[in-house]
Amino acid sequence: MSFVRGLECKECGAAYPVEPRMMCDACFGPLEVAYDYEALSKTVTRESIEAGPASLWRYRDLLPIEGEPLAGLRSGFTPLVRADRLAKKLGVRELYIKDDGANYPTFSYKDRVVAVALTRAMEFGFETVGCASTGNLAHSVAAHSAAAGLRSVILIPHDLEVGKVVGTLVFGPNLVKVRGNYDDVNRLCTQIADQYGWAIVNVNLRPYYTEGAKTHGFEIAEQLGWRLPQHTVVPVAGGTILPKIAKAYDEFTRLGLVQNDGAKIHAAQAAGCDPVIKAIEAGTERFKPQKPDTIARSIAIGNPADGPYAIRVVSESGGSGASATDREILEAIELLARTEAIFTEPAGGTTLAATIKLIESGRIPRDESICVCITGNGLKTIEVQEGRLPPVPVIEAKIGAFDELVDSGGVAENQGGLGPGGARINRETKWLTR
Amino acid sequence: MADKVSVRIPTVLRSHVDGQAKVDLAGGTVGEVLKGLLDAHQSLRGRLMDEQGEVNRFINIYLNDEDIRFLENLETPVKDGDTVMIVPSIAGG
Repeated sequence: MSFVRGLECKECGAAYPVEPRMMCDACFGPLEVAYDYEALSKTVTRESIEAGPASLWRYRDLLPIEGEPLAGLRSGFTPLVRADRLAKKLGVRELYIKDDGANYPTFSYKDRVVAVALTRAMEFGFETVGCASTGNLAHSVAAHSAAAGLRSVILIPHDLEVGKVVGTLVFGPNLVKVRGNYDDVNRLCTQIADQYGWAIVNVNLRPYYTEGAKTHGFEIAEQLGWRLPQHTVVPVAGGTILPKIAKAYDEFTRLGLVQNDGAKIHAAQAAGCDPVIKAIEAGTERFKPQKPDTIARSIAIGNPADGPYAIRVVSESGGSGASATDREILEAIELLARTEAIFTEPAGGTTLAATIKLIESGRIPRDESICVCITGNGLKTIEVQEGRLPPVPVIEAKIGAFDELVDSGGVAENQGGLGPGGARINRETKWLTR
Repeated sequence: MADKVSVRIPTVLRSHVDGQAKVDLAGGTVGEVLKGLLDAHQSLRGRLMDEQGEVNRFINIYLNDEDIRFLENLETPVKDGDTVMIVPSIAGG
């Protein structure tokens, strides 16, 4: 049973059947899955969703698959953490972290899009799947295709973090490093999709793949008790997830599951790769591409395909955007870890740092509800912390040696859980001082 | 002025250029080469460029592997043997 009516061009509205297709033939606009909302509104209720599995598949009526889910059966339904300790530090009333760093099985939001894309790929009868990736998608496609018994061909920039390369290779994909940045990889993958009959998840399965990102937004709304946060801050790389969170909020509103009283969506990018933020600030939908230079590798996309939609959604919702420097990103990673025990990758540090800037500049009022979307896990990118964390003392296994360490000040007092480095954070960054 | 610049056509556009994967054209700049392509294949016109003569924002144009927006856009000069690539943009990863 499926409520999918077909594919529809986001630009010119041209209609296409459900098939592998990367774009509109008439205008090259991206394609969106169209649903029969009237039928959906008769079927989908809060209760029907709550009775579903504890995974993203509880929203399957709003996802573009035909039969039973075939991949990612345990993906999604990640924690929405009420972040009171962090809220207090930042001087805000109501703050939540949606933590896709805890996603299953590969610890990033990509498990959502891949679960949907691979189910769809198998329904179409593909035996080889692939992707262009900044790391997290590679990791996820490799894992899910291994579990599904599919061959995978995965292309990444040549200089990704070790954790992402090893974390991908262990699943046995055909992994290819491409000399160049993500935008070079992306261009090559478009040509590969053109020549080989494979399911490239973010190319010819793009309309289905991107729908998986909606589940991040569905979960925020449901886990918040069937309401929307007044502010949602979302990282922008290719520009996929931000418009899909907006679509999720819209669909839930349309189906009468939540009320939308003007939920604002804000964009976060790294200062070393911020074409979308620059365009938002300039008030234009046409961004200028950039050559990325940032530690936030997973969101280092200088030529974001869905950038125009991210920009449009932000402006239509009344939101705004902010970018964060590498140093701000690293400090935000440590702040989140030391207040909420969530270790995120630089993309997450970017999103929190941008949130802090939007709070400080008054774009996000301190007394309104805020959700920060964390999309990836810090254990995959440990090299970015190098040199920032204190050396670890090594002692003999004798109580005297430990006493000596304590006597010499080697075990710090409790600094509100912020650890020995806590004071350093406060001294260096004005906006973290509270 | 270059006599022979190759333009690589993605599958999605080939029906507009008699099925060819590559079209050789003359021109002094990327813009002139693309204009030659549009003149020879009228049905491409509205798809590749908008009314203001700007490249469709869902299409990226490369000159020898470099996005022309990092060069001089449509004004970028070309020489014999250059390759212009038309590549649709795709979602992130």
